[in-house]
Amino acid sequence: MNRNEISVTVKLFAFFRENRFKQQEQTFPATITVREIVQRQGIDPEEVGVTMINSRHCTLDQTPVQGDQLAIFPVIGGG
Amino acid sequence: MAEQIYRVNMTNLTTSTEPVPDKWMGLGGRGLTSTIVADEVVPTCHPLGSKNKLVVAPGLLSGTVAANSGRLSVGAKSPLTGTIKEANAGGTAAQMLAKLGCKALIIEGLPKNDIWYTLQISKDGVTIQEEKELIGKGNFAVVAGIGKRTSAKHGVMTIGPAGEMKMLSANISIKDPDSHLRSSGRGGLGAVMGSKKVKCIIIEPTDAKVEIVDQEKFKEANRTFTKALVDNPISQALGTYGTNVLVNIINESGALPTKNFTGGQFDGHEEISGETMHDIIVEREGKPRHNCHKGCVIQCSQIYNDKDKKYKTSGFEYESIWAMGADCCVDNLDHIAEADHLMDDIGIDSIETSVAMGVAMEGGLLAFGDGEGICRILREDVGKGTPLGRIIGCGAGSVGRAFGVTRVPVVKNQAIPAYDPRAIKGMGITYATSTQGADHTMGYTIATNILGVGGSVDPLSQEGQVELSRNLQIATAAIDSTGMCLFIAFAALDDATCLPALVDMINARFGADLTAEDVTNLGISILKTERAFNEAAGFTSKDDRLPEFFYEEPIAPHNVVWDIPDEELDKFWNF
Ligand code: SF4
Repeated sequence: MNRNEISVTVKLFAFFRENRFKQQEQTFPATITVREIVQRQGIDPEEVGVTMINSRHCTLDQTPVQGDQLAIFPVIGGG
Repeated sequence: MAEQIYRVNMTNLTTSTEPVPDKWMGLGGRGLTSTIVADEVVPTCHPLGSKNKLVVAPGLLSGTVAANSGRLSVGAKSPLTGTIKEANAGGTAAQMLAKLGCKALIIEGLPKNDIWYTLQISKDGVTIQEEKELIGKGNFAVVAGIGKRTSAKHGVMTIGPAGEMKMLSANISIKDPDSHLRSSGRGGLGAVMGSKKVKCIIIEPTDAKVEIVDQEKFKEANRTFTKALVDNPISQALGTYGTNVLVNIINESGALPTKNFTGGQFDGHEEISGETMHDIIVEREGKPRHNCHKGCVIQCSQIYNDKDKKYKTSGFEYESIWAMGADCCVDNLDHIAEADHLMDDIGIDSIETSVAMGVAMEGGLLAFGDGEGICRILREDVGKGTPLGRIIGCGAGSVGRAFGVTRVPVVKNQAIPAYDPRAIKGMGITYATSTQGADHTMGYTIATNILGVGGSVDPLSQEGQVELSRNLQIATAAIDSTGMCLFIAFAALDDATCLPALVDMINARFGADLTAEDVTNLGISILKTERAFNEAAGFTSKDDRLPEFFYEEPIAPHNVVWDIPDEELDKFWNF
């Protein structure tokens, strides 16, 4: 990993886990957006309901930094 | 069939049917139970005394083919909170009562001697019979016993031992299409039924149909409505993972109350999550998808089997799993399922009782994480009514008082459910201001605070929370009157065709001409009626507050306290 790269812990939930993983550390270019990370998992950003960086909601345009935890949820609900 | 009010007087054991008074005509479900309680119950009365009344009402659309319209409302003055109360549930009873033409059932008075009764409801009205065989029995045995006595098709509403013993968290169970149970859980309505010595209510099946003024319009509106529900991605996720899909997202957001509300994340969250539950259900040949009444197209319920692939529980909800799980630190889903089954059988609210267990754990009764210990206490103490069991059966507040614990998560003496108000502030507004004590379903701000449904409001900010909670509480009061399951709200918030179709169905059913605004006004008037009852019972805005520890103890990971000023809270009622 060089200075232009970051490592991010990616967490997936509900059916996003099917044929993927629950949690994985991945390396990305430092300028990557949440949207691009979503796409790299083979997930259509349209299907994404909620994303959080370090337990705070974030937008798809946000750029994570080294060591962040990114959680990606499909559209879900309950109550 | 013309609708009527069925009235039962348990003091002199008489029954009658009455025409529906004009002022109750356009009401159903919660709107009707709350209006009747406000009209007929002395607000200061003892909830377990002769002046309280138990009111049962199907929703405005119950009994029709409208999707998801089979919810039944039960109301009274709550013995747990002292406020007005409405709790609704699925099962077959709402549809059956509506088809019999029963607009509402009002049970009043108290028998003079120590004799138990069963009520039997048919198209001719209500009859009262002495009950011996089923007294002391758990809910599953009651349902089986009634099935033998009558038929598997008869509807049943019943109380378990908790209701017979008038425990303040006792619920009322309603038989579902598979002879399992759904419950009107919160606020101790089972104790009110027990105080009136009514063990169960049996409803006769009928071929009669609910009258619909404009069939064609109704069908078309229902088609649009059903499509909006089925197409909604949230409905689809609910069908796969149940409401328990929330464990992981609420944990991730740092708002999953853990170890009696001392933390916001639970190490064992994966073990009790909806994802894990789904895999267990499939592996044990249960059903991930199941409906609590005929006509539900969302199917958030499920059948959870034990290790031997035998039925253990259904309607296994996020809030119950959170309470027994994270709040008591139990990370074993089978222990939680066993506890859920026991609570269904004993007939006690699974949120109140589990939060009470968390408080008892802090008080030193048993270790956090001891799932087997919880099941033992449920079986041997709560179910049998030992002094300890009665303390637990009277809820979290009761346990806090008995064990000298000050960290007691209740509002108006009702346990706070699965979302920490410090980390999701909209929810705190709902807990504080709800007319019925802490209850997430009264104004489910999670939709907007966490799930991004109906817009988004930052859960940690003070901004916009009062307005969010107010709008949702108004809408919820209206939806609770239609007989609709609240989970239609996700489609209603996101799909512009959903609500107009719902209003069209109500209009087609009654030949009415309501607008969306009329429906909002209905919600407003229900909240105001409920609030007025509470004020007359002695409640003031000082009761619309969260417990002290939320103001003082920061919760990890966000290290936030409850910081919405009291004046802000009081603005809730400015409408
Ligand atoms: S979505 Fe769930 S609670 Fe609602 S009607 Fe269907 S099964 Fe019952």
